[in-house]
Amino acid sequence: MQIVARAVQGWTILDLSGDIDLAHSPAMRKALLGEIKEKRTPRVFLNLKNVRYIDSSGIASLVEGLKASRDLGSRLILYGLNKTVREVMQLSRLQKIFEIYEDEEQALTS
Amino acid sequence: MPSRRTLTKHGVNSSCGKCAFHSELLLELHLESNPQALGLVRAAVERAAEVLHFHEEESRAIVRAVDEALANVIRHAYRGKSGCPIEVTCRHLHGTRNGACVSGIEINLRDSGVCADPAKMKGRSLQEIRPGGLGLHFMRQSMDEVEFSRKKGKNRLRLVKYLAPGATAAAPEGE
Repeated sequence: MQIVARAVQGWTILDLSGDIDLAHSPAMRKALLGEIKEKRTPRVFLNLKNVRYIDSSGIASLVEGLKASRDLGSRLILYGLNKTVREVMQLSRLQKIFEIYEDEEQALTS
Repeated sequence: MPSRRTLTKHGVNSSCGKCAFHSELLLELHLESNPQALGLVRAAVERAAEVLHFHEEESRAIVRAVDEALANVIRHAYRGKSGCPIEVTCRHLHGTRNGACVSGIEINLRDSGVCADPAKMKGRSLQEIRPGGLGLHFMRQSMDEVEFSRKKGKNRLRLVKYLAPGATAAAPEGE
């Protein structure tokens, strides 16, 4: 899995690619919580367009990030979810809990 | 006497007396409890499901269940310790159930880790929004049968998914 951080309008986009599983979710968790809790970035976007797979440990990290952002009054926004990631979101019944947009343009103007 | 816990979504059990199944080995993997191995297993299991003509969505469900099961073995049975043995087998299951021809995939995972706590095998309510506890829920949602047992100091998890009625009951490619 790869994580690339981009700064846009004072916010951060984390471009994720590959598989977010037990081996790689700790790295995503660290990057996500670093942006939300340490850097106090007001909006953190996760670009999931190139994520092929996400497991329950990846979902747990997203939930942790969401809780941290709510506690600090910031926003965690997801976009670019493919079929596999959407299925897992639906199975966890979390698709309505997260802010989810189709693409980057929609996410940035939200 | 081995302890056994059966979690079936459709109430189907191959030892119910109304079913007669045969199986053929498709895949046997001997792994160590290393999270880096998960990607390799996912790829192999996805291919096995494709060979049996499971639809794309069903193949993803099978892969998801196996991945979550292996992650649970690594995290809970072996408590995160690497280098411990895990055996994964995939079999093509076919036969009759209540007079109808059925075909499917049976995946067995075996490990020598600590015995799973039945109280923790229930999963959790999805009403709670909190990290963790989703793995078993994913397995149960993805498969038709999820059966845990412990025998001779080993944990065994049996996962079964049947091909949807009307789907081609495929013989493995190359036969």
